[in-house]
Amino acid sequence: MARAVTTNRKILNTAVAWSIGLLIFFPILWTILTSFKTEAQAINDPPIFLFFDWTLENYAVVQERSNYMKFLWNSVIIAGGSTVLGLIIAVPAAWSMAFVPSRRTKDILLWMLSTKMLPAVGVLYPIYLGFIKLGLLDSRFGLVIVLMLINLPIIVWMLYTYFREIPGEILEAARMDGASLREEILYVLTPMAIPGIASTLLLNFILAWNEAFWTLNLTAVNAAPLTAFIASYSSPEGLFYAKLSAASTMAIAPILILGWFSQKQLVRGLTFGAVK
Amino acid sequence: MYFSHALRAASAIALIAAGAAQAETLTIATVNNGDMIRMQGLTDDFTAKTGHEVEWVTLEENVLRQRVTTDISTKGGAFDIMTIGMYETPIWGANGWLVPLDDLSEEYNADDILPAMAGGLSYDGTLYAAPFYGESSMVMYRTDLMEAAGLEMPKAPTWTFIREAAAAMTDRDNEINGICIRGKAGWGEGGAFITAMSNSFGARWFDEDWNAQFDTQPWKDTLEFYVGMMNESGPPGYATNGFNENLSLFQQGKCGMWIDATVAASFVTNPNESTVADSVGFALAPDNGLGKRSNWLWAWALAIPAGTQKEAAAKEFIEWATSTGYIELVAENEGWANVPPGARTSLYENPNYLEVPFAQMTLDSILSADPQNPTVDPVPYVGIQFAAIPEFAGIATEVSQEFSAVYAGQQSIDEALAKAQALTNDAMEAAGYR
Repeated sequence: MARAVTTNRKILNTAVAWSIGLLIFFPILWTILTSFKTEAQAINDPPIFLFFDWTLENYAVVQERSNYMKFLWNSVIIAGGSTVLGLIIAVPAAWSMAFVPSRRTKDILLWMLSTKMLPAVGVLYPIYLGFIKLGLLDSRFGLVIVLMLINLPIIVWMLYTYFREIPGEILEAARMDGASLREEILYVLTPMAIPGIASTLLLNFILAWNEAFWTLNLTAVNAAPLTAFIASYSSPEGLFYAKLSAASTMAIAPILILGWFSQKQLVRGLTFGAVK
Repeated sequence: MYFSHALRAASAIALIAAGAAQAETLTIATVNNGDMIRMQGLTDDFTAKTGHEVEWVTLEENVLRQRVTTDISTKGGAFDIMTIGMYETPIWGANGWLVPLDDLSEEYNADDILPAMAGGLSYDGTLYAAPFYGESSMVMYRTDLMEAAGLEMPKAPTWTFIREAAAAMTDRDNEINGICIRGKAGWGEGGAFITAMSNSFGARWFDEDWNAQFDTQPWKDTLEFYVGMMNESGPPGYATNGFNENLSLFQQGKCGMWIDATVAASFVTNPNESTVADSVGFALAPDNGLGKRSNWLWAWALAIPAGTQKEAAAKEFIEWATSTGYIELVAENEGWANVPPGARTSLYENPNYLEVPFAQMTLDSILSADPQNPTVDPVPYVGIQFAAIPEFAGIATEVSQEFSAVYAGQQSIDEALAKAQALTNDAMEAAGYR
């Protein structure tokens, strides 16, 4: 039986949800606002919220100084490539763990997750030396591989959780109808897990987009993505907050727009298990 | 006739081919500060003169440091020129990681580089990095507030005077703090300031046998003076203030005095950025009558990693960017106040530049810094606000975190000094110094 919700309760819930949402969004809003201020207005004390002379000067300076499209394209290739490659590897792995588990499956899952606990800087030198030997330094392909490996445990874990919600009997029926393993995964499992796969894809794309350790340390000119673009506007000796904010806004804009349009899919995927 | 045309065409093709073979694309790693960004904007001049193209990798200072250190120590070859400081240069030069700059052209006139800068960027008498700009630290103060307090800033003040003046200028009701100085953790932030300040109190990081000296009275005196003065006259939350935070406060008229890098002078006197641009005076960093002032010495310099395939072109770039010709180019485009300071003696003989209000004080500050003999008592290291050993950055970051905890009121001075002493000795023992 559904629980009755009073109007007052609804208003309260809405107010709380909006407050939390605004609180989370505030740093992004502040960055966007600062990007339209002059450097002097950006550091004003008390801070100026809305009532200032809006200017596009910072965007003009950033456009003049940096090749934004080159950084953007690198981000798209690196984040997109690593996510797609990760999914190609993780779907069969998660299928195996969810539907034909062995005695060691849980240990393997935990071990995979434990690799995320290693501080990245701990393996910087081995990976850097490996990249030099393989000629992968400052290449998009090298970064696709590294970011895929970093995010693979999360992709496998998420897909494993979604696949576990799908009744094994459906796959069994497909097998009895003569489906091969490839057909079972491609034509039966994947369509049923689309919301889960979509949210995994989106979350990992965002993680790869924002990754700022490997993308800064393994790139120079050719493969530098938007994280390097932002880093080029940060300075401990000089007040360039408005320009830094303009660069940050330009860097997060694509992912904000993507998140906005895919929010329904994302929420559905994240709550997939709960509503089933 | 036909033969003559063919010969001309062949010659032209050969010339173009030869030019193309010589033209290189240089990758340069650099920091994001005003002077470096200005240089990026003027790179077309270099390309027009030499045919070489330049690609920039601009990063935040700490990110850059990690990035270039990884690359040079693994011989990665990602960069043809690196922007490094006085801390890295002698260490990397000693490791054989940098190309010696001992064969620069006569036109370049390497003897014109300020001796303090050349000394700090050399190892064993060989220059390994050419200074793009240099800095020391000095007192920047509000002339109007000083006058209102009935005081006159001496050219070379003592710490006692600075503390008295700070108290007199403080006006909490109007949010004016008598003094703003760095307290933020980090070896290049608050760590640099307190180390330079401690030199004037007779303190030192190590004795001649590399034993930590935080258990000595001069260190206690330094911290007690700093904390006492800042609690009386400093801004709230000074424990988290670095260069940028203090610059912001000073430009908004909320500091009576600010002791920091000489390059800040061009910011605080720029009427487009500073609300107090027309009432700023300058003085040498304070001392305590012990023969050492509390100013530091630093340079951002250009160096060539050993093993680059483009050494000749890289040297051409360094000669262009750190030459007197480049200084004149900046003056022509942006005015004399914006030329890279603190690198060349001839700049301070130029009457145009001496009209800039902070020029002479910057030079005097640089000349009064001696990285070879930074402390009252002898030390085994070179460097004023740092000790030029590879372990220093890590140790000093931890020590400055302990000090910042004191500034934030989270622990006592004695506790912080005891922890600093222990962690420094442990690290030095592990590194084999003791």
